[in-house]
Amino acid sequence: MQDAILLKFVFYFLAAVIAVFSVMAVTTRRILRAATYLLFVLFATAGLYFFLNYSFLGAVQLMVYAGGVIILYIFSILLTSTDKESKSPMFSLRRWLALLASIGGICLVSFLLLTNVWPTVYEPSTAEVPMKLIGKTLMGTEKGQFLLPFEVMSVLLLACMVGGILIARKRG
Amino acid sequence: MEHIIPMEYYLVVSSIMFFAGIYGFITRKNLIAVLISVELVLTSTDINFAVFNRFLFPQHLEGMFFTLFSIGVSAAETAVAIAIIINIYRNIKSTEVRNLKNLKD
Repeated sequence: MQDAILLKFVFYFLAAVIAVFSVMAVTTRRILRAATYLLFVLFATAGLYFFLNYSFLGAVQLMVYAGGVIILYIFSILLTSTDKESKSPMFSLRRWLALLASIGGICLVSFLLLTNVWPTVYEPSTAEVPMKLIGKTLMGTEKGQFLLPFEVMSVLLLACMVGGILIARKRG
Repeated sequence: MEHIIPMEYYLVVSSIMFFAGIYGFITRKNLIAVLISVELVLTSTDINFAVFNRFLFPQHLEGMFFTLFSIGVSAAETAVAIAIIINIYRNIKSTEVRNLKNLKD
């Protein structure tokens, strides 16, 4: 009983962090702050994965996003040094339309989510996925195993590395 | 074992994140800020994959691996997009969307 209350509190905390900081990341004027708020959102997302007992996924999220992507963002923001976003009017027509579309979308999607009838699951499970199973699934070639996407992903990462170097190098 | 939090709560959280990303994508003026909004959208879909896998098909692993690959693809996308943005900055000394009349000068 104590545990249930504590877990509920943790979930609501993570949900509040995600909601507040994702809104702040798109509304703040300073771009470096936007990147920091994005980092908080990604941390809370990793927290949600841990909460769902997908520890491997949470660890990947922390490493790839907090370790890689955010550093890329910070460096590119500092390299292009655009800490002064142009002063646009606070309430332009486009801003109102975007706000209307977003709030309408949230209302529509939440209505559909909360009124939909989901299929019944007979054996709900919150068990941790064993690491051995993850490794076998990632490296197997049978039905429901993912060796081919894994290799395609490695080719994609190589291509994007080469592309990044080619695009961003100094032409002398 | 039963779940403590119903599935819809997770999905509402991820839809808030998704539409915050949409709002930023429409209203932002800076290229990197647009990219940050795209990142929010991608991450919210990742949450959905993981949640559907955990709640509706707990005996399978497809959603979890889709999330894994989606994280990889979005990291690759970010790297290339940032290379392009740095190149644009080198050419026109600005990363504002309204200054981007043409990609080649």
